[in-house]
Amino acid sequence: MRRERSGLAAIVPLLWLAIFFAFPFLLVAKLSLSDTALAMPPYAPRIDWSQGLAGVRAFLAALDGETYARLTQDRLYLDAYLSSLRLAAIGTALLLLIGYPIAYGISRCPDGVRRALVMAVVLPFWTSFLIRIYAWIAILKPAGLLNTVLGAVGLPAINILNTEAAVILGLVYAYLPFMVLPLYAVLDRQDESLIEAAQDLGCTPVSAFWRVTFPLSLRGAAAGALLCFIPMAGEFVIPDLLGGSETLMLGKVIWTEFFANRDWPAASAVAIVLLATLTVPIVLFEREQRKVVG
Amino acid sequence: MNGRPQIGGVRETFAPWDDPGARPLVRFEGVSKAFGETAAVRGVDLAIYEREFFALLGPSGCGKTTLMRMLAGFEQPDAGRILLEDRDIQAEPPHRRPVHMMFQSYALFPHLNVAQNVAFGLKRQGLPKAEIAGRVDEMLTLVRLQDHGRRRIDQLSGGQRQRVALARALAPRPRILLLDEPMAALDKKLREETQFELMALQQRLGMTFMIVTHDQDEAMVVADRIAVMREGEIVQVGRPAEVYESPADRYVAGFIGDINLFEGRVETSGDGLVRLASAEGLFVAEGAAPVGATAWLAVRPEKMVVHSEPPPAGPNVVAGRILDYGYLGDWTTYLVDVGAGRTLRAARANATRTVDRPLGCDDPVWLTFAPSSAVVLDR
Repeated sequence: MRRERSGLAAIVPLLWLAIFFAFPFLLVAKLSLSDTALAMPPYAPRIDWSQGLAGVRAFLAALDGETYARLTQDRLYLDAYLSSLRLAAIGTALLLLIGYPIAYGISRCPDGVRRALVMAVVLPFWTSFLIRIYAWIAILKPAGLLNTVLGAVGLPAINILNTEAAVILGLVYAYLPFMVLPLYAVLDRQDESLIEAAQDLGCTPVSAFWRVTFPLSLRGAAAGALLCFIPMAGEFVIPDLLGGSETLMLGKVIWTEFFANRDWPAASAVAIVLLATLTVPIVLFEREQRKVVG
Repeated sequence: MNGRPQIGGVRETFAPWDDPGARPLVRFEGVSKAFGETAAVRGVDLAIYEREFFALLGPSGCGKTTLMRMLAGFEQPDAGRILLEDRDIQAEPPHRRPVHMMFQSYALFPHLNVAQNVAFGLKRQGLPKAEIAGRVDEMLTLVRLQDHGRRRIDQLSGGQRQRVALARALAPRPRILLLDEPMAALDKKLREETQFELMALQQRLGMTFMIVTHDQDEAMVVADRIAVMREGEIVQVGRPAEVYESPADRYVAGFIGDINLFEGRVETSGDGLVRLASAEGLFVAEGAAPVGATAWLAVRPEKMVVHSEPPPAGPNVVAGRILDYGYLGDWTTYLVDVGAGRTLRAARANATRTVDRPLGCDDPVWLTFAPSSAVVLDR
């Protein structure tokens, strides 16, 4: 049963979303429908407020989807788009494989240890994200920490800096807490007696895990995957610092269009397409959630 | 049956524990278990027989749940053995034991529907699909949920969940079904109905049930025998009527039902009668006790007779004043102040609808009881 709620409390989040999401989004959407121009700012049309309503009408008439058509003509955009989704997908898969055992392990620890481990998972957030990614450069560069150690034990050097492998490594490293925490939350909340009931009814500890613990943790896995996949697909810093010029990701494309090519409409159109694509998994997840909650 | 009056007035026919030739289904032999410094179970010996409905009764923390969990295999005893059909099951993990448990929280699998929950244990046994489906139907019919097989667990009421949990534990036909506080989450009326249903089910299936409960009424209603536990030890094992009418000590007497206790010194003992001198007066009760020793007389409230006129002088009379009373419909319970800060309880059946002179607060009363109504306790 749900109590009738007053809508007053919704004002704060709505106001926030209006100012920091809806308004900028409309701005970007408008930009994506504009044309480039050698002007300051570098796009046209602009609303001529002195003409009043007629000016707005003239402005709306000048908007068009030409930029989007341009996106389909240049392979670069499609490649960057697919490569972003691919890297985000690989990263998410690896995060699930690495994050699940970590979250499960933590949830099975005694109370005190568990709290310390959760703390340790969150601890990296206390250092600047940029510094941590720069640290990876120091580790992965040809004469870096990794190769020094490998050389010391007589193993051949590995040079993965400025490759996709380094980007994936960076993504997995940076996003691990976002995978571990939702998984841990679900696993930790799970009723211990469910496992006992499964064993009581004939499950070995291993099969009790696969038949009860695992299916009941899928919601946490979905939440973690969503939390990681979406920002990873639009990630800019990691591919820029670790991927060099080889890796193509949408975040970098947007940056290049915006700052290097001064093509604000193209940058905006790419951003809008990315946003639209990433809404799909969110909607699917929401629908699944609603089904489970009833 | 001999001509001796039966305790509690109940005729007994099912009593394998009185038969020296009967082999118990489950045997606890000197079982002990400690968690860190605290001893949860201490040297428990217990035998449970086929088709018996056995209750472990005690306050929370008395070790009754630990004892049950050791039988299910979730805890290992530190000392002693647990035998199932004369086989030591120490080395068997929970999933190999033909013992199933109905959990207090029910522990139903939320990602499976009702029928899948019931089928869970059957699938682990590797039964053919058709047989599983048949057995699930049978079980759901047994607990009157035959139309609810496809329901999700969160669509069920508390009582329905309880029945799914019962069906799920019964489906693989365990040698003994363990019920951990099975009715703790139900409201009073539903609990009473469920108690009788559970008894009927146990009779019909001819299975052995072991229930853990802190509710003495529940244990009295459902069980063939009750083991009363205190601080990890078993204080008394007996039929409900035995435990109620012949408690082993003051703890059992006080834990099961209400009791009036008189502490005194044994003056004489012989011919099956004990004379006890106490602060409240002189008492005579059936029993035996060493002369000169301290002993307690225990009298149940409903065995106290309430008089509004002084009875003829003699033993077993206590005078007092009604402090308070509670009208329960079928019974009225009187709290009687007998001086020196002592209050006694007396209960009277309301056998007629009207009374000429009802008793009220502050009315002087005399309580008496028959020598056969009191029990002499030495501890």
